[in-house]
Amino acid sequence: MTTLDFSTRFPEGVVADEREGYEGYIIAADKLVEFATTLRDEYGYDYLSSVTGVDYIAEETFEVVYHAYKTIGGAELVFKVQVARDKAEVPSLTDVYPGADFQEREAWDLLGIKFTGHPDLRRILLWEGFNGHPLRKDWQEAYYEADIKPFKSRWPKPEYARAEARNPYGANVKYPEKFDPEKWVPEGEDALYGSLAKYETTDDDGLKTDHLTVNLGPQHPSTHGVFRIAAKLDGETILNLKPVMGYLHRNHEKIGERNTYLQNMPFTDRLDYLSSMSNNFGYALAVEKLIGIEVPERAEYIRVIMAELTRIQNHLFAIGMFLNDIGAFFTPSLYAIEERELVLDIFEMVSGSRMMCNYFRFGGLARDLPAGSLQKIKDLVFDRLPRKTDEMDRFLSENEILRSRCVGQGLLSAEDAIKYSAAGPVLRASGVPYDIRRAAPYSIYDRFDFNVALRYNGDIYDRYIIRLDEIRESIKILQQAVEQIPEGEIQTGKPRYQMKVPAGESYGRVEGPKGELGFYLVSDGKGNPYRYHVRAPSFINLTAFGPMCKGLKIADVVAVLGSIDIVLGETDR
Amino acid sequence: MENQGLNSPGYEIPEEVQGSVAITSIDRIYNWGRRSSVWPMMFGLACCAIEMIATAAGRYDFSRFGMEVMRPSPRQADLMLVSGTVTKKMAPTIVRLYNQMPEPKYVVAMGACASGGGPFKEGYNVVSGVDKLIPVDVYIPGCPPTPQALINGLIKLQEKIDGQSIKSVRWYQKGDLAAIPMPILGPDLIYQEQIPAIKEASKEA
Amino acid sequence: MYGKGLIKGLGVTLKRFVDTYLDDIKWMGKRYYTAEGLAHRSSKDAKGVFTVQYPEEKLPVPEEFRYVPFLVYDEGEKGEILNRCTACGICSKVCPPQCIWIERATDPKTGRPKQEPTQFIIDVDICMNCGLCAEFCPFDSIKMDHDYEIASYGRTIHHLDDLMKPASYYDEIRPINSAKEAAARKAAAEAKAAKAAARAAKTKAKS
Repeated sequence: MTTLDFSTRFPEGVVADEREGYEGYIIAADKLVEFATTLRDEYGYDYLSSVTGVDYIAEETFEVVYHAYKTIGGAELVFKVQVARDKAEVPSLTDVYPGADFQEREAWDLLGIKFTGHPDLRRILLWEGFNGHPLRKDWQEAYYEADIKPFKSRWPKPEYARAEARNPYGANVKYPEKFDPEKWVPEGEDALYGSLAKYETTDDDGLKTDHLTVNLGPQHPSTHGVFRIAAKLDGETILNLKPVMGYLHRNHEKIGERNTYLQNMPFTDRLDYLSSMSNNFGYALAVEKLIGIEVPERAEYIRVIMAELTRIQNHLFAIGMFLNDIGAFFTPSLYAIEERELVLDIFEMVSGSRMMCNYFRFGGLARDLPAGSLQKIKDLVFDRLPRKTDEMDRFLSENEILRSRCVGQGLLSAEDAIKYSAAGPVLRASGVPYDIRRAAPYSIYDRFDFNVALRYNGDIYDRYIIRLDEIRESIKILQQAVEQIPEGEIQTGKPRYQMKVPAGESYGRVEGPKGELGFYLVSDGKGNPYRYHVRAPSFINLTAFGPMCKGLKIADVVAVLGSIDIVLGETDR
Repeated sequence: MENQGLNSPGYEIPEEVQGSVAITSIDRIYNWGRRSSVWPMMFGLACCAIEMIATAAGRYDFSRFGMEVMRPSPRQADLMLVSGTVTKKMAPTIVRLYNQMPEPKYVVAMGACASGGGPFKEGYNVVSGVDKLIPVDVYIPGCPPTPQALINGLIKLQEKIDGQSIKSVRWYQKGDLAAIPMPILGPDLIYQEQIPAIKEASKEA
Repeated sequence: MYGKGLIKGLGVTLKRFVDTYLDDIKWMGKRYYTAEGLAHRSSKDAKGVFTVQYPEEKLPVPEEFRYVPFLVYDEGEKGEILNRCTACGICSKVCPPQCIWIERATDPKTGRPKQEPTQFIIDVDICMNCGLCAEFCPFDSIKMDHDYEIASYGRTIHHLDDLMKPASYYDEIRPINSAKEAAARKAAAEAKAAKAAARAAKTKAKS
């Protein structure tokens, strides 16, 4: 937490947030853009990490929370804007930080906070015409049962019924007056295509040609799930492109605010389902910050080991799928998945599940490493993984077809990467040496000797090769960690399933395999988080996707998307 | 080998030609042909899709069951493996994909979400199981089902195919096969059968 | 030279191809369908094809593996079923997707709650296999199963009868954990007995 004195620069409109457990500054809405510009240009906070809203219904206010960082490292600066609930309008920061684009749209979609001056303020996760803004505290969904868990209908007098049987079509959905479903026209598509560009007829070379709108997805083999790309084409060249998401929007945050703190842990597994251990890590850090609990030494080591193994298997999978996308159909991904399986074996042995590990607890871990698992990890990190990473490198990196497909394509400059709040390998492949493990070390990362993987060209090839570099660095960390790991406890205090958490806010972030994974929590002192927000790297990295693709051929869009490495569970949440 | 599965009992085949001749019923050979070449659609929804990919990959390799040809186009697929959470935003697309698949077609609901809504069931954008939209043949519980559990489910599907008869399957009956009506995305997901009730209600209002 | 990278890459694939056969020869037909062969194929030294020939051979699941929950019951001396569950409701409270419904029995005479369930429903199609119920059950009653072969032609809802499995089964699938828990239970019972004895001795001394 940084304390800065803004009183001379902003005598009015900037006050420190003095609520118990809160930090940062509260900015008057009319001063916001000026403040952000000053922050970026004079104080060096060039990286806007997270934007989200909180509905303080008791105070009749919405609060928009911003987290900004310096890319040279250091702690975060939090600033907030408070507006009345019935007049929820905040100036958009997209001009100062273009990375706010999607996040502001999300806050509009889920909370109904209007960002004036936003160039394209449409719903992002839900569809146009959806009834209401679901993260508002007074909004109830179709199968609404109770505000908080545990539900009363489970014990000791259960009323067993499937939610849909009790309430077949969600009877508490409000339909507009004179609503006729047969004549209903969803408005979204027009707005989407309108935001791309107008149809234009050109006759530059004597031929009358139209610009073309093409949709990829949501069912398309190259989109890594249910993701849609709406593109405006001139011939085969991309003029403009908008990602359309929300096809896997699973209401993570709404459910998260109903769950108890511990119940959220297995749900975080399903965010970025390729790297559940990392998600656990981030969430555990955020909650531990709130309750102020220490983690025993051995548990810290196991956490780091698991997080780094997660990074390795995630990058392997990413490389495999990326090569699938550019047409190296299946062989590289089969090789990559083979190594991944061996890592998953370890996860299964340690946590009980291959993918949904649910292994971290507040103040420690669910259980100690079972006998034999440490040896298995050692076998992998000292022998197999270095060997196989080299093999992967030999197999692909010099391949002429791959190189001609990737080198110099899909460029993202360092300035743009920072501007669009790109994170993780995407940011580092553009030459910005920003890695949270180094910039603001959490857990025990400051004890290990490793380099921040860095590439400078910012093209597709660099985004591919940097993942191999990161695997090598992770192996380096792992080799140190498995040697140094001490004996001892793995949990501070007794594991508890329900606990009171002091009121306040916290932002826990880790360097996940895809970039900065942050959890913003607001506690009101009860057993459930009042606000639970996930800063999802896959989602925010997509902000740079459109600009990266402009001017490329349509086939390269697939390669660019593959090189960003998104996981839909995290993009849509 | 496979011939044994194919042979109809009750007919004596001379020993010397047993290796090359099989006497069978049309049902058997038809089912055998279908069960040995179930082409799944390359269609991943969520977490389970990753396990589906792992199942398709080297270690579990469902090509051993004739399922390696994953087709991204529904027109060429026999099996829709619904691997993951069915959201309301995706629901119309799923119904459309199902309608586009040619008969005979099968649906496997992989994992808790596709079977019954799963852990995200209470959410405002989640459909409580894909069987609210399209008919499902096999349900595989698990969150996510491990690759071996998935293969177990696919074997169950093969068993189901084995038990079918040309005379009774849905797609050889008289009359056109009706396409499944597409739900609409309104203020919430609206099923076609809901429309009269909603109209009635809005009239009253 | 243009094409050198391609050739290098093809060399990798060729090596893999050859490795499979070399490994086959080295294991002399024991690479498949034997426990050692399977272990070799999932070890760091695995080379070439490493397919698990499910369903003919199954990858052994580790002790901690979790699928859907089940209830453990002890067998009495005459083979009667002694349900460990006391219907305390902790599992249904801790369950993240709230997929557990428990009805606590009431004594028909007094109308007071009894420590056993009359109904225990787990909606497997909601369950997320997270294992929190098993982790926080104070009576070692609800545990995570290893049986993943439960695909069916209909939705899966487990009632009390489907859930009950004997303690011997639990010992078999999780030997280390069950031994640990049994020891802890024994220690707790002994401590309790010792305390009771001490109290008895104290009251005796007083009188």
